[in-house]
Amino acid sequence: MSFASHVIIFLVAVPLAVAPIISLLRVRHLPWLMACITSLFVFVLSIQLTQSVLDSGDVTYALGSWPAPYGIELRAGALTAMMTVIVSGVSTMALWFGRYGIYVEVGEQRAHYFYAAWMLVLAGLLGIAVTGDAFNVFVFMEISSLATYVLIAGGPDRRALTAVLKYLIMGTIGATFYLIGVGLVYMMTGTLNFADMEMRLADVENLRPVLVAAGFITVGLALKAAIFPLHVWMPNAYTYAPSAVAVFLSACSTKIALFILLKFDFFVFQKNLAGHDVQFSWFLMPLAAIAIIFGSAVAINENNIKRLLGYSSVAQLGYILMGASFVTYLGLSGGILHIFNHALIKATLFMAVACVFYRLRSAELKDFAGIAKKMPWTMAAFVLAGVALIGVPFTAGFTSKWLLVKAALEAGAVGYVLLAVVLIGSLMALVYIWKVVELAYFKPATVDLSRVSEAPLMMRVPLWIMVLMTLYFGVDPSYPVRLANAAAVSLLGHLS
Amino acid sequence: MTATSLFLLILTPLCGGVLLLLANRRPNLRESITLITATLLIVQVALMLQGWWAQELLPEWRYDWLPGLSFYFRFDALGLIFAGLASLLWLVNSIYSIGYMRGNEEANQTRFYFFFTVAIAATMGVAMAGNLLTLFFFYELLTLSTYPLVTHKGDERTIKSARVYLGVLLTSSIALFLPAIIWTSALAGTNDFRVGGIFPETVSASVLSILLLLYLFGIGKAAVMPVHRWLPAAMVAPTPVSALLHAVAVVKAGVFTIIKVVVLIFGIDVLATLPISDLAIGLASFTTVAASVVALRQQNLKRLLAYSTIGQLAYVVLAALLTTRTAEAGAELHLVVHGFGKITLFFAAGAIYVASGKTELHQLNGIGRLMPITMVAFAIGALSMIGVPPTAGFISKWFMISGALEAGSVVALIALLLSTALNAGYFLPVIYRAFWLPAAENDRHGEAPWPAVLALSITALLTLALFWFHSPLLTLAWQFLEGASS
Repeated sequence: MSFASHVIIFLVAVPLAVAPIISLLRVRHLPWLMACITSLFVFVLSIQLTQSVLDSGDVTYALGSWPAPYGIELRAGALTAMMTVIVSGVSTMALWFGRYGIYVEVGEQRAHYFYAAWMLVLAGLLGIAVTGDAFNVFVFMEISSLATYVLIAGGPDRRALTAVLKYLIMGTIGATFYLIGVGLVYMMTGTLNFADMEMRLADVENLRPVLVAAGFITVGLALKAAIFPLHVWMPNAYTYAPSAVAVFLSACSTKIALFILLKFDFFVFQKNLAGHDVQFSWFLMPLAAIAIIFGSAVAINENNIKRLLGYSSVAQLGYILMGASFVTYLGLSGGILHIFNHALIKATLFMAVACVFYRLRSAELKDFAGIAKKMPWTMAAFVLAGVALIGVPFTAGFTSKWLLVKAALEAGAVGYVLLAVVLIGSLMALVYIWKVVELAYFKPATVDLSRVSEAPLMMRVPLWIMVLMTLYFGVDPSYPVRLANAAAVSLLGHLS
Repeated sequence: MTATSLFLLILTPLCGGVLLLLANRRPNLRESITLITATLLIVQVALMLQGWWAQELLPEWRYDWLPGLSFYFRFDALGLIFAGLASLLWLVNSIYSIGYMRGNEEANQTRFYFFFTVAIAATMGVAMAGNLLTLFFFYELLTLSTYPLVTHKGDERTIKSARVYLGVLLTSSIALFLPAIIWTSALAGTNDFRVGGIFPETVSASVLSILLLLYLFGIGKAAVMPVHRWLPAAMVAPTPVSALLHAVAVVKAGVFTIIKVVVLIFGIDVLATLPISDLAIGLASFTTVAASVVALRQQNLKRLLAYSTIGQLAYVVLAALLTTRTAEAGAELHLVVHGFGKITLFFAAGAIYVASGKTELHQLNGIGRLMPITMVAFAIGALSMIGVPPTAGFISKWFMISGALEAGSVVALIALLLSTALNAGYFLPVIYRAFWLPAAENDRHGEAPWPAVLALSITALLTLALFWFHSPLLTLAWQFLEGASS
């Protein structure tokens, strides 16, 4: 086999192999450099993977050449390919961006362990994305979660430890629920391969255990994905994690859980459980609507910017979930597109806040007063990304919301309620972004800013690359739209 | 001409803005850049107009962005009127700003001029929008870019008022205007402007009625009560901002959008059949009378002008809703007429403030003898507001009243006549005070700095000139209604 056909396994294997090597390197910048290069390499691979998926359909890879139901199969469709691009792309930008911050917040002594853990998170998240095996998902989920706890606990504030403990407990419960669900499905079908499960479930007569499994898996993954009302661990974890970690996790970790939730549900359950699509819709739709309103309302009243952004993520995940809960082509492609757009936008916002945090050592809202005079580039980036979050035309945030709105209009009476929710949610986003902008631009400083200067160039460059991408994908969204459409088609393909 | 010339209309002010940011520390260079940019913009708009008269093919540009969603630039006659008005008055206003801002020794002048250019770019975008989505984008950009101008002074009271400004405009547009656009696109399959309207006949009258109300209140810049509160709030801005933005660009973007929606989205024939239009006419009539009554009770000159603006905008909305062709033409004319008149009044108010620091009506006794040019200009503007010949206000009011008679709308007719009387009731006492009452002993100021005086003289002369030379404007107005495209 040529190198190209191994692309999909390299996505996981390379960062996994690099992780122990990095932990042994104690030379000043080397761990960082190594992590960056690995991440970039993986990013290039995932772009290549996406291209071949778009050109010639799903890519599969039998691990150790054992054919599908016996061995573990890796499989990448459009949705998977998009997830790998998001994870590896944001990881690369966050690493490039995070060097200064990590030295200050984590400390030079521990940096090599930190980067090793980062590589494990990367390998775990990519593994979840590409594997076609339900148990394998659990294994990678544990790898990424355990390493994530390490990353968050590396935060500068001791409150990071309580935040991480909360996350650990919730995450373990979520993973256990998932495992119980997988066990039940395995009991009824005797297989762990997603595609195989789908076929064998058709012959299963007693579906009650499968229904229970669907419940366990949905709730377990909802916990991991921080879906309202299971979101409580998330804002604190983002707040006290090192800034670069917040950038990485905000864009990837919850979305990968959401991805598995969609995959499991559409690949396995939707077709085989009678009336499941209706249950799925009616269970998630109200949650999505409440998440949007509740998350935004809390964000409006928040006084710490990182936590504000965390609650904003609760709301934004609501949009993705809402799209999925329509179970229509437009809804799914809008939701999936929002995965991409929100990853981009929220990572950019966290980067901008991280720049300020790097200089100011504070993420309290009141300390942001008058900061725009001192850090014009950073705050301009924040404004542009914030505008995209609100969903203004010609930014990435608009395109996905437009698709969601169109999907809502197709959905009949309930659609009008959801349309109102989307618009009110956007208005509320305007309020909490505006709160920051007004303070930063139009209020006099309350703390001594005389020694505060603009963030280092090597932080501003990645930040602005992200901003420009947010704008670019707003003006020409064809690439992510193509992926999202293909993903929606393939998810719906499992229903018929 | 190619599509590039359309982009240039937006890019010229923006580039000027960037350049003047670079000239931050050199005021003379900075002001020269503003004036040159404004002149360049006028030349470009004039070329467009010339192309229109010569019946050349004007460029248009469309970018299909998502399925069913496109970005579209295309001029029609009303767009040219609006672009011409805004670019012409921007130049005059820039001259005035130099006098005002320097005379007042304001801080942050570079920021001021910069956001002015952004606002003008947004106005150009509104003027040449070919569909609702494009219009909405620039409409919002206009709101956002004017916020730093309104809040220029930066103290607690100003920020509070500016928040009302921003809050009312953004809330109304996102909560009502945007859903109306989305709904329209869903019903009609497009949101491109088209003469005669875009709704298929299957859409029921009740849906259209709800949509009309969504547009009427969602387009908050038109300041139909109760969405008018932002306008007096915005008067905390420096006077050149009030003059250009809150007498010309921002408010006119509102009524411009209303006219476009009435003629090109609903279609006047469709709208005439809707029972709800009586209610809408009633709302506009109420606004124009109520605003005039409130203006009667004002003691502060700028607040008086603000409420007068609300009343005058309601004329345009009212005339647009009457759905007869004469009334529509009157609405289009009044857009320009009110622009010239009101900017003169604001210029005068600002000139008084710069020269003497006076802001209240009772301080104006005898000021006509101290500042004769300013106060004559003020009187011309005020007469135009009332509609007295030989000022331009007479022409548009003539068309609006004829339109009301044609439509047989008693409510509209009464509103127009009553508010005219009220306009006279609050403007004439000011003129009387200025020229016939004696000045206080210790008043010893003269005219404002010469650029300010020059600017207000120009706009006052324009107000007079438009009375005599209104036929090209009228031709454009008719062409818009007939959907003549070049």
